[in-house]
Amino acid sequence: MDIKFTNRGSTLIAAFSGELDHHFAEYVRNKIEREVIKATTRDVIFDLTGLSFMDSSGIGVLVGRYANIRKLGGKAAIICSNGRIRKILEISGVLKLMPVYSELNDALRALSGA
Amino acid sequence: MQPVNEMKLEFLSKSSNEAFARVVAAAFVSQLDPTIEELADVRTAVSEAVTNAIIHGYEDETGTIRMVCRLYERSVEIEISDEGKGIEDIELAMQPLYTSKPEMERSGMGFTVMESFMDRVKVRSKPGEGTTVTLYKTFSSAERPRKKQEK
Repeated sequence: MDIKFTNRGSTLIAAFSGELDHHFAEYVRNKIEREVIKATTRDVIFDLTGLSFMDSSGIGVLVGRYANIRKLGGKAAIICSNGRIRKILEISGVLKLMPVYSELNDALRALSGA
Repeated sequence: MQPVNEMKLEFLSKSSNEAFARVVAAAFVSQLDPTIEELADVRTAVSEAVTNAIIHGYEDETGTIRMVCRLYERSVEIEISDEGKGIEDIELAMQPLYTSKPEMERSGMGFTVMESFMDRVKVRSKPGEGTTVTLYKTFSSAERPRKKQEK
């Protein structure tokens, strides 16, 4: 499990790779949290493209981060092309909180309000 | 009905074993020639059940988790059990979004995910004695010719 961060203006892109389960949930949570509280971050894109596995522990991580991003006045979006992970996002109601896109550019455009 | 193959595995309730358990289950089940999607369904459901045993069954203690996989002609039955604290109210625990541990950022979706990816999920539990979750799935390989006859 790895997570890499890049910035596009005030948007933080958190790119996940590997398998996200309960074992790695805390590690990922702490890593994202450190980036989210930076003054340079407003909106966040969770890029799940590199994940080969995610279970409901990942939902807890995403929803928890979403709550903090909202508290700080930001927006969040998800990039996901894996059908199974998308189904988990759907049944857990995450799609009602954050929009999901297949491409990074679509997510960036949506967050910038263009 | 007699299983055509069976395996039993015991491991400690450590979170690093979540990946181990789902990989082992998928490797064993692959004998039935399931599709990649069906195999991923099994991995996800097993991961949820094992995570529940670690977080809720044993909480901060280390205990033993037992996984039994039984293969039938075209289906699998996976039993995951712990001897942990058990579930007071199974119906409530299985409700989508219900979690007894919101402070741990648990989503409360474990059982719902298991039910979505498997055909049937059975839960037996006794407070103070432990919990057994049984996952059932029939594979579409039944409709495809088998690669090789079992000896």
